[in-house]
Amino acid sequence: MTAKTLYDKIWDAHLITEDADGTSLLYIDRHLVHEVTSPQAFEGLRTAGRKVHAPDKTIAVPDHNVPTTLDRVDGVVKDEQSRIQLDALDKNAKDFGLHYYPVNDVRQGVVHIIGPEQGWTLPGMTIVCGDSHTATHGAFGSLAHGIGTSEVEHVLATQTLIQNKSKNMKVEITGKLSPGVTAKDITMTVIGLTGTAGGTGYVIEYCGEAIRDLSMEGRMTVCNMAIEGGARAGLIAPDEKTFAYVKGRPQAPKGEMWDMAMDAWKSLFTDEDAHFDKVLTIKGEDIAPAVTWGTSPEDVLPITGIVPSPEDFEGGKVDAVKRSLKYMGLTPGMKLTDIQIDTVFIGSCTNGRIEDFRAVANIVKGKKIKEGMRAIVVPGSGLVRAQAEEEGVAQILIDAGFEWRLAGCSMCLAMNPDKLEPGERCAATTNRNFEGRQGRGGRTHLVSPVMAAAAALTGHLTDVRDL
Amino acid sequence: MEKFTKVTGVAAPMPLINIDTDMIIPKLFLKTIKRSGLGKNLFDEMRFNVDGSEIPDFILNQPAYRNSQIIVAGDNFGCGSSREHAPWALLDFGIRVVISTSFADIFFNNCFKNGILPIILPQEDVDKLMDDAGRGANAVVTVDLESQVITGPDGGKIEFTVDAFKKHCLMNGLDDIGLTMQKSDAIDAFEKQYRAATPWV
Repeated sequence: MTAKTLYDKIWDAHLITEDADGTSLLYIDRHLVHEVTSPQAFEGLRTAGRKVHAPDKTIAVPDHNVPTTLDRVDGVVKDEQSRIQLDALDKNAKDFGLHYYPVNDVRQGVVHIIGPEQGWTLPGMTIVCGDSHTATHGAFGSLAHGIGTSEVEHVLATQTLIQNKSKNMKVEITGKLSPGVTAKDITMTVIGLTGTAGGTGYVIEYCGEAIRDLSMEGRMTVCNMAIEGGARAGLIAPDEKTFAYVKGRPQAPKGEMWDMAMDAWKSLFTDEDAHFDKVLTIKGEDIAPAVTWGTSPEDVLPITGIVPSPEDFEGGKVDAVKRSLKYMGLTPGMKLTDIQIDTVFIGSCTNGRIEDFRAVANIVKGKKIKEGMRAIVVPGSGLVRAQAEEEGVAQILIDAGFEWRLAGCSMCLAMNPDKLEPGERCAATTNRNFEGRQGRGGRTHLVSPVMAAAAALTGHLTDVRDL
Repeated sequence: MEKFTKVTGVAAPMPLINIDTDMIIPKLFLKTIKRSGLGKNLFDEMRFNVDGSEIPDFILNQPAYRNSQIIVAGDNFGCGSSREHAPWALLDFGIRVVISTSFADIFFNNCFKNGILPIILPQEDVDKLMDDAGRGANAVVTVDLESQVITGPDGGKIEFTVDAFKKHCLMNGLDDIGLTMQKSDAIDAFEKQYRAATPWV
């Protein structure tokens, strides 16, 4: 028998048909739906008189547009267009009989946080969503990726997706991470090395001791940004940590079903002689706390670095760097730790889980953020919020001067009222530093939660190891 | 979906690499519940000042390129989000072809669902077309999907490859869902055995 990668195994288990040219039809186990990329798909179904093929495998939640301020509990969304989109999701979820977590349900949150939290995300599954950060769910050893709205409609109508198989790429992080270095630094460092197109055409499997050592929260952070490296999906083989995380979740299998599932899940690993088309190996000890200086997620340097010059690059990147530096208002040669910050945003599907907030609390406990700093913490779900409050984590953040918000995507993409003004500069635990991503003219530096915490305290990008 | 057979039009050069989906269509325009009407906001922050006036230097604001149907772009065009609003905005503006050395995966797939042909070419061919596209109103390029040939302003020809299934769908304006539904027996059979093997899913 041919040795297979984890990706090969999941692919084969879901393959319905394959044409001679490789065009394949894949079965989809879970379809997550949010308000921004779904209304046109439901409209398409209605126009064609089609039903949702498997409403029991379809989960809807509003996250991108929802306000995160406490007045949201009044149920009034002031932005009319946002309200129309939220109302459309509400109607579609009810009309088509989907699993649904409305805005004021405590289980509401960022779609990629609540999938795992509720136990919808299980090892070995195929999971899609009209959102590129669907890659997050790969942390459970499931094949998960973003799709466009036409594909959302296709999955709603047929519970299948037309795909061509990607190639296999292995990213191995060997050994241990140094203190102060996190999952976020791993994933950013990888993108810094591969570039944003380095993973195009591939599904990445992350492996190695440093990956094994990560919690499930950390693994989700790593897989979340696989898309920023261009990969279709990121995967981590499930292990005892995965099974322990899943067990007992509301939608996880129970009793006899659990035992059957466990038997199947134990075969979810890459065979020893399986072929990878591309391999990247990094020593854990070589990874430092990372920060982006430009407007592409590949513009990554260790915090100890200096702002590069366009002449340090080749080809099309030279002009791109000139443009980035102008947009970011930075001068080559400047120390990254000299970059002054006026806003800190902690949250998103990348870093909006309990472990992230615990780590931040650990840094800021008993301290105050820099005077004049706007620092916002947005939990990834209502349940994360409740847990952080119960553990006292929320109070530590509030006492330090952070705003403690309700769950949503918030300032990660600034579709709700949380955004940067032109020229404002933010240390963000999010995933994209594109021009205008957090608000037109806003400047984003991607960092880990502990690095964001450090910047909130000092007012400039700071090496968390120096605190 | 609008059929795609042959397009002849002005090609606009956009040599910047990593043109992302937030540049193509900024998020404030994603609040629509329709597919149409996004062309006026295509490349919004690159194309317009905050007060709504045009930024004259931007390529699609220049007289020769206002009706471009083709974009010749730098590497990794369409990176970032899965938002199909990006191809919707391009199509609504009138763009039917994007040519680059590489595209982001989700954007690439989304184009084919909307009657837009993304073409991947080697660097030297993209360089040549980028150069051609720099000729303003004379940058007329023909893209013929059936023969898979691009004809430049000088009559020079460049062949390109395209996935056979995607080509078939584009040329005939076919709806994927209808095609997949023709396979409903295979889907039903798969579901039956799959449910038996993995009842916890």
